[in-house]
Amino acid sequence: MKTNPAEPKYTPPEPRPAKLKSDTFVLRLYVAGQTLKSLIALTNIKKICEENLKGRYVLDVIDLYQQPRLAQGEQIIALPTLIKKLPPPLRRIIGDMSNTECVLVGLDLQMKV
Amino acid sequence: MTKARKQLPKAPTGIQGLDEITGGGLPKGRPTLICGSAGCGKTLLAMEFLVRGATQFNEPGVFMAFEETAKDLTQNVASLGFDLKNLIARKKIVLDFVYIERSEIQETGEYDLEGLFIRLGQAIDSIGAKRVVLDTIESLFAGLSNQLILRAELRRLFRWLKDKGVTAIITGESGVETLTRQGLEEYVSDCVIVLDHRVSDQVSSRRLRVVKYRGSTHGTNEYPFLIDEDGISVFPVTSLGLRHVASTQRIPSGVARLDTMLGGAGYYRGSSVLISGMAGTGKSSVAAHFAEATCRRGARVLYFAFEESPSQIMRNMLSIGIELSSWVQKGLLQFQATRPAFTGLEMHLTGMHKAINVFKPQVMIVDTLNNFVIGDNKIEVTSMLMRLMDYLKMKQITGLFTCLAEGGGGGVLEQTGVAISSLIDTWLLLRDIEIGGERNRGLVILKSRGMAHSNQIREFLLTDHGVELHDVYVGPQGVLTGSARLAQEAQEKAEKLTRQQETEHRQIVLGRKREALEAQIAAMSAEYEAQAAESMGIIGREQAQEVQLKQERVAMGLSRKADAKPGKQKGDSK
Repeated sequence: MKTNPAEPKYTPPEPRPAKLKSDTFVLRLYVAGQTLKSLIALTNIKKICEENLKGRYVLDVIDLYQQPRLAQGEQIIALPTLIKKLPPPLRRIIGDMSNTECVLVGLDLQMKV
Repeated sequence: MTKARKQLPKAPTGIQGLDEITGGGLPKGRPTLICGSAGCGKTLLAMEFLVRGATQFNEPGVFMAFEETAKDLTQNVASLGFDLKNLIARKKIVLDFVYIERSEIQETGEYDLEGLFIRLGQAIDSIGAKRVVLDTIESLFAGLSNQLILRAELRRLFRWLKDKGVTAIITGESGVETLTRQGLEEYVSDCVIVLDHRVSDQVSSRRLRVVKYRGSTHGTNEYPFLIDEDGISVFPVTSLGLRHVASTQRIPSGVARLDTMLGGAGYYRGSSVLISGMAGTGKSSVAAHFAEATCRRGARVLYFAFEESPSQIMRNMLSIGIELSSWVQKGLLQFQATRPAFTGLEMHLTGMHKAINVFKPQVMIVDTLNNFVIGDNKIEVTSMLMRLMDYLKMKQITGLFTCLAEGGGGGVLEQTGVAISSLIDTWLLLRDIEIGGERNRGLVILKSRGMAHSNQIREFLLTDHGVELHDVYVGPQGVLTGSARLAQEAQEKAEKLTRQQETEHRQIVLGRKREALEAQIAAMSAEYEAQAAESMGIIGREQAQEVQLKQERVAMGLSRKADAKPGKQKGDSK
């Protein structure tokens, strides 16, 4: 999936249609504007996804400045936040995703050491 | 110079008493920290601040809850009469529950709390909020582990709140050595209020203290407060001024002789009356008399009984001829009977305030004050009674309090167990007088402000038709009461009778003497009359003879043709 960080695209928060494969990761990255932190986080998570989940993930980027209402609904406090909607359980991964190991643990792709 | 005195702009809380302590409310447009241990009422205080702001001061508010869900909060504060659902629907309040679950969160590097800012900003802008509550923001420390980031972000948050111009309340749990567990006072330093919930001698009481308030004067004491169905009430004891108007109207005490002792007219309306005395000296009876007399005048009486149940009081008073139940039925007399240990002092005080406001009595009776003293809380009891009495005076309600005197006797009787004597206007002391192997009751007026009152001890009798006051016997034998007085009186009566009989006897003797004398006088005067009559007869006859002699002499002269004038002769003959 391609996302241009310069123009964060609005994606409806509803789950993707059921045509997705059952093991598809539905990820949503919430950022606030195009700060350095946002950009680093996006770069990092894209890299991690490409390396670990190639072909079986969906990543949406949402700028809360554009849609501040979502912050309450999604229980967002810290930014950037990556929410793993699917597969369950729901996980929130906060920070700039620079610690790859922690991200993998957060995505349940690696057992906690 | 007057400009320099201008106070900081303030946001009134609408909470009873708190605005008085803070001189108008919390600092407007600045954050205030409210801290205290669990269950001390932080959330409620913050919520009341928001609700009152929204309903009374047209300042909508945002409540950001970190601990309770919106549903729980709504239910919890509904018990205080706050209809959050309605306020939310009317866009007066926004409730936002911030859910932080550590197990769901994985930290992977640098982050900030911009999400919280966005949420808060969105909530504030959606209703134009002027007030914000963050309850309890310290929960963030439990959910997120990077303290450095959190502290930096909190600092930014409070600055941001100031920039937004909202009046904010931040709540925090009290820490071991700091005011809050995470040292929030470091960031929020304009106004800090500490709440405290302590239990002493099994009775709990809540306290509030304004630790600091930048740019404003404030009450610095610990003020008791309570939470009841109307929210929070703080009682600022020192801010109540002595400004009540004193009435000159007098109301009878129900005991005629007592009224006489009190300058002839009874108590002043709106004064505080204390009846103190040892156990069983008849304090409640005097109180019941007053209650009955007041009801008889058609005024209402509120009777707080802390020792007996209403029916027990009514039965006992019936034995001395005071009938109270009919006044209860007529709605003029209302009993409020509870055990003092049932609630804390503040609850009692508010309970009394409420009962007074609802029933609007002219007279309030508290029987007895001592029961409030549990353990070592005399200072609190005194300050509570002071507030109660001030309140009664403001409302022009006459308060009659009974108080059990402590100690065995003698000078100790002049002390009240609760140290309120200086607050009392009229103080009646009932005391035991022990003479001749019996105990009798005596009543004396220790003081009565603003009226000439008797300084005499009266013997106090409980009869089947109520309280009676008798003069005690004061004579060469000293002060006598009871049967000693009766004996002394009987003896005096006997002596008097004897004296009376003697006098009567003397009078009879005297009477007889007079009668004898009068008889003698009558006899002598009769004798005199007889002698006088005899003498007069002789005189009359002699005169007649002389006249005849003269006539004969004239006749003789005529016959001898004498030329002497008869007139001259007549004069000569005299």
